[in-house]
Amino acid sequence: MRRYFGRKLLIYGLTFFVAVTINWSIPRFMPGDPVQSMLSRANISQPEAVEAMRVHYTNLFGLDLPLWKQYLNFWGALLKGDLGISIWLFPTPVTDVIVRAVPYTLALLIPAILLSWVAGNRFGAFAARRTWLDNTVLPVGYVLTATPYMWLAILLAWALGIVAGIFPVAGAYSFAMEPSWSPAFLASLAQHWFLPFASLFLVAFGGWAIGMRNMIIYELEADYVHYLEALGASRRLVRRYAFRNAILPQITGLALQLGVLVAGALVTEIVFSYPGLGHLILQAIQNQDFFLLQGTFLFVVIGVLIANFVIDIVYVLVDPRTRTGMGGAA
Amino acid sequence: MALRVTDLKVHYRTRRGEVKALDGVTFSVADGEIMGLAGESGSGKSTLGKSLIRLDSRMRHVGGTVELDGTVVPVTDKRRMNAFRFHKISIIPQYSMSALNPTRKIGRMVGELLASRGVRLETAELERRLELVGLSAEVLGRYPIELSGGMKQRVVMVVSTLLNPSLLIADEVTSALDVSTQKAVARTLLGLRDGGLVGSMIVVTHDISLVYQIADTIMVMYGGRLAEKAPADAVATSPRHPYTRALISSLPEAGVRHADKRLQGIPGSPPALLDPPPGCRFRDRCPLAFERCAEQPPFAEVAPDHFVACWKAM
Amino acid sequence: MTAVPTARREALHFALRNGKLLAGLVVVGVFLIAAVAGPLIIDYGPNDYVGPAASPPSGEFWFGTTTFGQDVLAQFVYGLRATFLVGILGGGLAAVIGMVVGFTAGYRGGLVDEVLNMITNIVLVLPALVVLLIINAYLGVRSIGLQALFIGLTSWPWAARAIRAQTFSLRSRDFVDLARLSGVRTAKIIRREIAPNMSSYLFMTFILLFGGSVLIAASLDFIGLGPTEGVSLGLMLNNSARWSALQLGMWWWFIPPGAGITAIVGALYVMNVGLDEVFNPKLREM
Repeated sequence: MRRYFGRKLLIYGLTFFVAVTINWSIPRFMPGDPVQSMLSRANISQPEAVEAMRVHYTNLFGLDLPLWKQYLNFWGALLKGDLGISIWLFPTPVTDVIVRAVPYTLALLIPAILLSWVAGNRFGAFAARRTWLDNTVLPVGYVLTATPYMWLAILLAWALGIVAGIFPVAGAYSFAMEPSWSPAFLASLAQHWFLPFASLFLVAFGGWAIGMRNMIIYELEADYVHYLEALGASRRLVRRYAFRNAILPQITGLALQLGVLVAGALVTEIVFSYPGLGHLILQAIQNQDFFLLQGTFLFVVIGVLIANFVIDIVYVLVDPRTRTGMGGAA
Repeated sequence: MALRVTDLKVHYRTRRGEVKALDGVTFSVADGEIMGLAGESGSGKSTLGKSLIRLDSRMRHVGGTVELDGTVVPVTDKRRMNAFRFHKISIIPQYSMSALNPTRKIGRMVGELLASRGVRLETAELERRLELVGLSAEVLGRYPIELSGGMKQRVVMVVSTLLNPSLLIADEVTSALDVSTQKAVARTLLGLRDGGLVGSMIVVTHDISLVYQIADTIMVMYGGRLAEKAPADAVATSPRHPYTRALISSLPEAGVRHADKRLQGIPGSPPALLDPPPGCRFRDRCPLAFERCAEQPPFAEVAPDHFVACWKAM
Repeated sequence: MTAVPTARREALHFALRNGKLLAGLVVVGVFLIAAVAGPLIIDYGPNDYVGPAASPPSGEFWFGTTTFGQDVLAQFVYGLRATFLVGILGGGLAAVIGMVVGFTAGYRGGLVDEVLNMITNIVLVLPALVVLLIINAYLGVRSIGLQALFIGLTSWPWAARAIRAQTFSLRSRDFVDLARLSGVRTAKIIRREIAPNMSSYLFMTFILLFGGSVLIAASLDFIGLGPTEGVSLGLMLNNSARWSALQLGMWWWFIPPGAGITAIVGALYVMNVGLDEVFNPKLREM
């Protein structure tokens, strides 16, 4: 088991290293002077701000130094938590901008991922080999999982927000309010949270339901199922065992889908102008704020790595094969 | 008579039509009898074994009856058949290595299986039986993956016979094992009968020489029909059916023991059961075939307890 | 040697009777025809200002027009082209990389496998869309080809993993052993013995990669990092959102592009289930 976690941690460490290296090298390997092109493309009018930024960025990039030194400096700054200064919200440090946005993204992502996974698995398992349910769940599930996240978000915003007027379609709370712990504010938060959450939940739900349905059908053909049936075990017991075995690949699937789910959350936030990381990304791109974009990238990567590690731990807890040192599927 | 099978016909549904895997077999197995059931793959021996406990989704019962201890076994009725499974008829499947749920500890799995059949688990009895096959009670706290192949096989043997069935079907139980383990498994099967834990037994195998060591009688199948059934010694020393003779003579004294490979001495291959020719199924490959073989020979008793389906043996 | 044609005929037999496969094929086919033929019939460009601004669907403009008077139908059929292109190129490149990595790792084993596996796992945990965001943000000029290239470079890992596992199980089969013993080169063994034995599996992998490429390209376009020239379904969504089609109630602007993507990708997925049933007898309903 120590070997299993050691391997995983090595991969995550290397991944982080690769991510940082990508971050460092992309501005340097693109043609032209990155500072100049960044400033000229940035939408900034005050000359003093431009000058301050030029000094700052030239220092930060350290372009007059040899490449290996630039690279080490980059790591040095990173380890101190310095991701540079945002252009969009000059002169706020990128780290601060991101830390303010992260809670909104997590508030959407974590419930959407967990609830869709639990509900999708239950529903998919229930539908498998039950003819009429299977015949409805399958097409609906495939349509949901094929839907681009932002399109479902747009549809929900349009139908329930604009046309029906039940839900607000922009922001995380009413613009008329000041953040506080008052019930009215919390209600406003919940109201603004619901649609983005629902659209994330629905798309992911379709994927899990289908995955589980297919896994259960495979499991119901497994040898241990045939043996139980030959000994006259109840249908309930057979299904329970099949579910327990089918859930393992679904846990691995959760790790594999993390990237897609995060991407879904980002575009969904953009549709609803929800002030999480997705919104930052859009602002960073529109304002040519590369430091903000790169900082967000690193935060997302770190988040995904942590989530992967949590899933690894869960997997070990539920699959006896990894615990006995026999390998297992993860 | 513990088991009486009368004119049983079971077909496999395929896209090209129905494969007549079991085309009218009639035989009986006495109380306490261990019957070896031998034949090449495709002879219908596995289909016969499965038909007695659980038809899979592609199998169709076409006709015939099965009686166990004087009661009709409802082979076609999934629900009523459940009352017989495990309690009266049990199976040690071919796939014993993977027959145990990988994500449950063995003890818990057995408990849950019994509970779903409305039987309370008696741990002391379970442990005694494990001991009988040389396993310690400790295996109950383990996952299947922590056991060796031979251990899993023995666990399955104990589980399958836990409710003292009057008929046990052992389906190719030795094919995945090495020679010394095969012998041990064969001895264990014998022990189950001698210890009174099971009534009669059908040991499905392609390995005639192994089954000869434990079986009281041997039944040989060919092309979905019965070829010969007789006491084990009679089959070994004085087989009457030309197919049984070829089968026995293709076995060297020792060494290669698999009759599953194409018979070396006889040219040709078993008939396609999709649309089998009329008459004796072995006709095309038989060295003794003559005109009368175009007519199906009856499965007749030519000597006491010795049944053969061949015109030349009468 | 008769086994292969029989198996093939059998697969064809089930394929022609598989509702899911046929339904998926029909949907994809209709959109493909629209993508190929549509631009030939419409005699103006997708971004030309041809009609009244912001008019709902009418006899003249079946899908209505944008805020600027562009024909939504014209944008849609041109956008379909971009979607198929990015799916084929991106999915195709990912499939090729996945196959090369998967076959090599699975067939060679040992250290080669270790290293390739490590690389695969690293690319696997990196969230593809955010990597693509960074790369595309720094590209001054973006094209569909370039987009497909980067999508292909980031979305191959799960395919490589799956192909590796399949290769691993085929590696020890008799016919592979025989080829190896008779001195056939590795590349040839993979091409002649291993790949044909999992061709159905490879095809299904490609379909999934195709769908994945289309979805990820749509996300990129929507965020504003789509091709700088031309149209795509994702760019249509991006423009409709940017010009407040939602608030203005111009549903005809944002419904077709999303519906097109959903229909194509959904049909591909359903097709895949159908193919799975055709090639995997256990899943066939009897």
